[in-house]
Amino acid sequence: MIGDDAGALGLLWGPFAEFGFMRRALVGCIALALSGPALGVFLVLRRMSLTADVIAHGMLPGVAIGFLVGGLSVTAMSFGGLVAGLVVVVGAGALSRATGGREDSTLAGLYLVALALGVAIVSTAGGAVDLTRLLFGSVLGVDDPALLLMAGTAAVTLAWLALAWRPLVLECFDPGHAAATGARGGLWHLSFLGLLTLNVIAAAQAMGTLMAVGLMMLPAAAARFWARSVGGMVYAAVGFAIAAAVAGLLLSFHADLPSGSAIVLCAGGIWAVSMLLGTVDGLLPKLLARRRHLTG
Amino acid sequence: MIGAVRLRDLVVAHGQRPAVHHLSGEFAPGSMTAVVGPNGAGKSSLLRAIAGLHAPSHGGIETSGAIALLPQAAAIDRAFPISCLDVVMLGLWAECGAFRAVGRAGRARAVAALASVGLDGFAGRPVGSLSAGQLQRVLFARLLVQDAPVILLDEPFNAVDAATTADLLRQLELWHGQGRTIVAVLHDLDLVRAHFPQTLLLAREPIAWGATADVLTAANRLRARGMSEGWDAEAEACRQAA
Repeated sequence: MIGDDAGALGLLWGPFAEFGFMRRALVGCIALALSGPALGVFLVLRRMSLTADVIAHGMLPGVAIGFLVGGLSVTAMSFGGLVAGLVVVVGAGALSRATGGREDSTLAGLYLVALALGVAIVSTAGGAVDLTRLLFGSVLGVDDPALLLMAGTAAVTLAWLALAWRPLVLECFDPGHAAATGARGGLWHLSFLGLLTLNVIAAAQAMGTLMAVGLMMLPAAAARFWARSVGGMVYAAVGFAIAAAVAGLLLSFHADLPSGSAIVLCAGGIWAVSMLLGTVDGLLPKLLARRRHLTG
Repeated sequence: MIGAVRLRDLVVAHGQRPAVHHLSGEFAPGSMTAVVGPNGAGKSSLLRAIAGLHAPSHGGIETSGAIALLPQAAAIDRAFPISCLDVVMLGLWAECGAFRAVGRAGRARAVAALASVGLDGFAGRPVGSLSAGQLQRVLFARLLVQDAPVILLDEPFNAVDAATTADLLRQLELWHGQGRTIVAVLHDLDLVRAHFPQTLLLAREPIAWGATADVLTAANRLRARGMSEGWDAEAEACRQAA
């Protein structure tokens, strides 16, 4: 089934050469791998690593309602997800300020309720198959509208990052200075959250809502072990994410796994190796360096 | 006049609790003032309000000229992967904003600022590798680049050794000589007496404001301590100047 040119190369290239849906998933995932991890790096730096997860869970009721109204339509589900995701992430901030509670507990509360609500809505309308596909992804889900959404999201995110880079770094590093110099950090942060939600939704097309965040956060977390500058971290994270996307799609094809979990497992492998071997604070280099020190 | 900061019946509150209570007065252009007082006396809140980071709940603040703020060192994320030079160049924000290129001249100013705080050759070093004193020097270099007529400093010598304190004080006096207005929150009263002509003693309410020798009397300091410890759970809404 893989073709005549069997062997290692056939295993690697065959699925993409033979099947249109694999090619679409590949293009879509590479597009996402270009933009998502860059946002992930800023989340890691702001100690907001769980925020993307909260969005991914929180958008589920919106996706489910979109599913009820429009069936498996990218437009309906994405619009629903965008609204619900933004409501959860912006609402949590406003709610915790208004009630004096801590933001993390408010976020946890909101996303648990949202996840349960989303599962309940999908269960009443669709079957178990639909639910699995929504939550964990299927490469078969990447049709033309989904591919357009993924590529469009990546293009908009990269253009926005080029504009917003300096204010984002400043807002991350020293929000007080940002406010004192009139850098409007809050406004940039809000647009950041909007693009983050869009990226999670686009990723959910191929990887499912529960796994969408993996391609964003794991490469970003891994990049911390290789780079000492924000720019370096972003390049490393994007490279890792592309590798994880390609390897994950192949794993999903050959081992018949849901594409989302296969991609996230590959990204997780890269993260584990980075923690062990990374040149910046990696475990092994740290152990080796302990025996030597500089002369001055 | 450039460099003046005028406070008119200023109240800065966190929720309903006032941190600064009905404070009026002026930091004159070119003055060098220490703000002292017990913990929780509203010193940081006052600086943040002057810098525009915290809206007053009553009264007003008139300022003329740009304001540069040195935040408490604890407010900075030292694990952030950024180089010393980039931190200093953030001081060019007022000129370059979010989009304009920093340019060769701006870069040269940042490098020169690093050199003049004694960090020659530190441009490429990540801030994570600095000691507390070196980080404070980097932030002073950023103030240098900001080139503002009003400079606010929140506990600039905390966790900084004696040699660094001496160097940074020299920089403060240089700025004072250039006619800039300096307001610094400090705890070390001997240092205040030695280097700061003016002092504002704050304990939510202003206790005294004027020449340092007249302000830092034993009687004033006792009053400040007494007022700051009073926390009235049944406090009524303030009717003063309402």
